[in-house]
Amino acid sequence: MIVKVDWAGVKETTAREYLIRFVFGGSITAAAGLIGNAWGPVVAGLFLAFPAIFPASLTLVERHERERKAQKGLQGAHRAITAAADYAKGTAAGSLALLTFAVAGWKFLAKVPTAVVLAGGTLLWASVAGLAWFIVKRWR
Amino acid sequence: MEILVRFIVGGLVVSAFAVIGNLFKPTSFAGLFGAAPSVALASLALAASKDGAAYASVESRSMILGAVAMGAAAWMSCQLMMRRGIKALPAAACSLGVWFVLAFLLWHGLLKGLK
Repeated sequence: MIVKVDWAGVKETTAREYLIRFVFGGSITAAAGLIGNAWGPVVAGLFLAFPAIFPASLTLVERHERERKAQKGLQGAHRAITAAADYAKGTAAGSLALLTFAVAGWKFLAKVPTAVVLAGGTLLWASVAGLAWFIVKRWR
Repeated sequence: MEILVRFIVGGLVVSAFAVIGNLFKPTSFAGLFGAAPSVALASLALAASKDGAAYASVESRSMILGAVAMGAAAWMSCQLMMRRGIKALPAAACSLGVWFVLAFLLWHGLLKGLK
């Protein structure tokens, strides 16, 4: 299975859909700050792994797949749900990588400059996410 | 003012990862970006600058439990769609419920009372 860049996904997404993600993501980040102010970092930290992108993207994947099939005169409902399920599977694998990012943050933020930890953690996330996806694909 | 900055920075980072995720095929690879550390990057950077690195480190520790909850929520929504044919919107709504329940159960069992 080859990974490829496809601009169609970006073009299919409307300005409204981007705005929804911006507002949702911004709201979660702001809420994490408010929760931290009210209940401290132990509770606020949970929300750093809140599924901010996942719900909107899941529905978008299903809708775009259904629209693509409709343009070809096909029903596409089942294929759309399968595509969304594939997306969810990828997110589950990505969550393992998110866990490694969190561990790196926990262990190193108090000792190493923040920018270094966040950049390194993001690289770690990308590496583990790619590896997890590859392993899941190979074992299917 | 701090909340407004958080809103804008968080919105931009989440949107950026969402756009990057949209670029990739197959769909399962794009799904990895559904678990990107988007909120975390914005929040940890802001928390470290405002409250210090130790504070951000404590947030990261809790984030571990949130990530476990995220994985379970995503897997559950996948199963609902694959096995029950449930559409994405109700599956996504269920995933949020699962995240909340599991994240707070884990917090209550493992971190409650810690600082």
